[in-house]
Amino acid sequence: MDFGPYLLLATMEGAVGAAVLALTALGLSLVFGVMRVVNVAHGEFFMLGAVIAWWVAHLVGAHPALGFLAALVVAPIMVGLVAAVAERLVLRRLGYDPEATIVATIGLLYVIQQAALSTFGPDARPVEPPVDFRILLPWFGYSGYKLLVIAAAAALMLCVWWVLARTRVGLMMRATRFDRETARAFAIPVDRVYGGVFALGAMLAAVGAVLIVPIQQAHYLMGHDPLLLSFIVVIIGGLGSLRGTVLAALVIGMSDGVISVFFSPTLAKILATLLVAIVLVIRPTGLFGARAA
Amino acid sequence: MTLLETEGLSRRFGGLTAVDGVAFQLAEGEIRGLIGPNGAGKTTFVSLLSGRIRPSAGRIRFAGEDVTMLPAHKRVGRGIAYTFQITSIFARMTALDNVKLAAQRRLAHSWAGPDSERLEAAAMDALARVGLAARAGGLAGTLSYGHQRLLEVAMGLAMAPRLLMLDEPTQGLSDEEIAGFVGLVRGIARDATVLLIEHNMRVVMELASRITVLERGRILAEGTPAEIRRDEAVQRAYLGG
Amino acid sequence: MTAGGLDRAALLHLAVPALLFALQFVLPDYHHVNLARVMVLASFAAGYNIVFGYTGLLSLGHAMFFGAGLYTAGLLAQYAGVAAAPGFVLAILAGALFAALVGILALRTSGVSFMIVTLMFAQAAYLALHYFGDYTRSDEGFVVPAELRRLFGLALADPATRYFTALALFTGTLAVCHAVARSSFGRVLAAIRENEERTRMLGYDVFAYKLVALALSGAVSAAAGAAYAMLFGYVGAGLASIQYSIYPLLWVLMGGAATVLGPFLGTLAMFYLVDTASGFTSAYLFLVGLALIALVLFFPKGVLGTLRERALPWLP
Repeated sequence: MDFGPYLLLATMEGAVGAAVLALTALGLSLVFGVMRVVNVAHGEFFMLGAVIAWWVAHLVGAHPALGFLAALVVAPIMVGLVAAVAERLVLRRLGYDPEATIVATIGLLYVIQQAALSTFGPDARPVEPPVDFRILLPWFGYSGYKLLVIAAAAALMLCVWWVLARTRVGLMMRATRFDRETARAFAIPVDRVYGGVFALGAMLAAVGAVLIVPIQQAHYLMGHDPLLLSFIVVIIGGLGSLRGTVLAALVIGMSDGVISVFFSPTLAKILATLLVAIVLVIRPTGLFGARAA
Repeated sequence: MTLLETEGLSRRFGGLTAVDGVAFQLAEGEIRGLIGPNGAGKTTFVSLLSGRIRPSAGRIRFAGEDVTMLPAHKRVGRGIAYTFQITSIFARMTALDNVKLAAQRRLAHSWAGPDSERLEAAAMDALARVGLAARAGGLAGTLSYGHQRLLEVAMGLAMAPRLLMLDEPTQGLSDEEIAGFVGLVRGIARDATVLLIEHNMRVVMELASRITVLERGRILAEGTPAEIRRDEAVQRAYLGG
Repeated sequence: MTAGGLDRAALLHLAVPALLFALQFVLPDYHHVNLARVMVLASFAAGYNIVFGYTGLLSLGHAMFFGAGLYTAGLLAQYAGVAAAPGFVLAILAGALFAALVGILALRTSGVSFMIVTLMFAQAAYLALHYFGDYTRSDEGFVVPAELRRLFGLALADPATRYFTALALFTGTLAVCHAVARSSFGRVLAAIRENEERTRMLGYDVFAYKLVALALSGAVSAAAGAAYAMLFGYVGAGLASIQYSIYPLLWVLMGGAATVLGPFLGTLAMFYLVDTASGFTSAYLFLVGLALIALVLFFPKGVLGTLRERALPWLP
């Protein structure tokens, strides 16, 4: 293949990764923005979404599209429930102390990972794509499903934006994020907002995973990379800034995809991680500043 | 002899000028009162002197040396000590350890730290001067509020500073505790220059040899307590403000 | 603090290595090897404790310092034929230097940012091990040649020598931690943990103190890493993975942060907990995860921290 088409392919692959990453990182960013805690188990919620998607698709068994659609509904709800329970039983009792929460969510990471390993097993398992058509370009055919992923991710992000910016629930979240005590004084049920935000953050990761699982297969260790990449995105985008998070996810996801096609993926990751560390040291508010979305 | 001197010292926060071109001199050995209505810029001014914040313009000289760019911890090393307005002790350490922390940097000549007996003696001495010797072994966080304020002063003493800046030291103390405190500051002033930021006029009038009045970031008046009491501009600022 | 308190603490810290010394003559082989491993890992945890416990900095990157020791000793032996003793010294220097370099950057941040920056540096180091997989053999790792695993003419692979060397390392780190806890340096670290701004206004260069603490912590962690390579003869990237940044945190939390013996107690307890559990289930990660959650929820001061609070205030 010539360089031009090759670059096009790399860009398209990058865009798919970027779309899913944006969803996942948005969940992490939302939790950090409103609750001021870092959820280290975020990647495991992603993995859990993929694993549940496999179960559901398998149980439904009928047409791949039916299974996939069922998974798209069931997996995020189940993951959201797990997250809500974890929030209620652990995080709330810790008073959302930042460091204690980090330790506790590391614990949660192990528990979820082990649960997946013990039930789902160590093998990677595929889910069939709901649609099977290829878009024929002059140089190569391209999976139509991948384009669908990009569209779905974009639609979901618009939904999240709409909820945050236009609804009463979103107003409560923004008020809580601004100042917990004042929000309480205005009779906002802060505890329930926290529970909801934590669940919503996990659900975004789960949705991202369901979208990716027909491309990437479900595996019990698959949460590791999304977690690190989400960290990177949230930091570059500015801790807690949702708009910055989405922008950074596109930049990081695209460049990760493109660099990985042309160079060693390991080297790309090394450079990305070092870049993030340096950004955090030099500009603790992130490249896109700390303006609230 | 002038111990501390500022020239055109200013600090802006965005559009707000908290300290505005202040020229201030402090003579060695005096007790200077620094007063002013709320929001006059007292705390910002003292934070500039201690190095906790950087000035937007102007210079600070201490004992003949330009310290404008010196970081806070090095200024402490030169002899500028600051006790916090909000009680800021190490609550989970003993009172003795709190004072040891204040004293050990001065007594140490290497990373190995000071001789433990000398350190213990210096710390106990500072605690005794504020009347807390009996509480040395107790956790600082369990002391009463008045005692915690005294512990702050003991930490200031243990640093053996040339200039001790006390930020609202009598806030929240009972009349009886304030009377004891006045005597304590007189004792401190025998070895160190004292800059006293204080709301309680009785305390300032009783202790200070000279008083500086800040208003809206500028020096409004300066003089002996009697002069300040008579000053019409000061009266206006306090009564009319 | 009475003189009696000081003596009790010192006696206790002498008693533990003495007990471990005596134990080697009665322990069955299986526990003999285990205890040697626990002592090496406990030294790693003790190094972590200097930063996490005493200075109050949550690092999630200490695997890179353990790995620095492991790979300095391991690679030097493998490719340059450097023997155990000089390899060990070079590993400690490498650990201290690496930690100081990371610290110069990472210590400009604090709290959650510090945790993420250390995590990122450790991740980059871990990935670098894979990138240079031709030399490091990545996750598969390599075995250090037995003829180089010798100290003063004694074979480190020999169980008795191995146990004794591990004990010597452990006693050494115990002495370092005892000295830090008791020193005026340690008092400043504790002050930084309690209230950084106040400590600065007492005239301390907080950044420099943190940097020295991190370098010391890196050196001790690297010493443990080098000992691991030389005593057990295996060097692999798994030992520098994020797992090994989390383990010392778990061990220290369990035993008690900012206690001298806590890291050892925590490592010992967790090691045997996992060891016992793996007798009837392979799901030992459950145990690790639940232990972490239970510790922060119900037992945030760990075993010795709680003991110190309730009954033994003199405990260092």
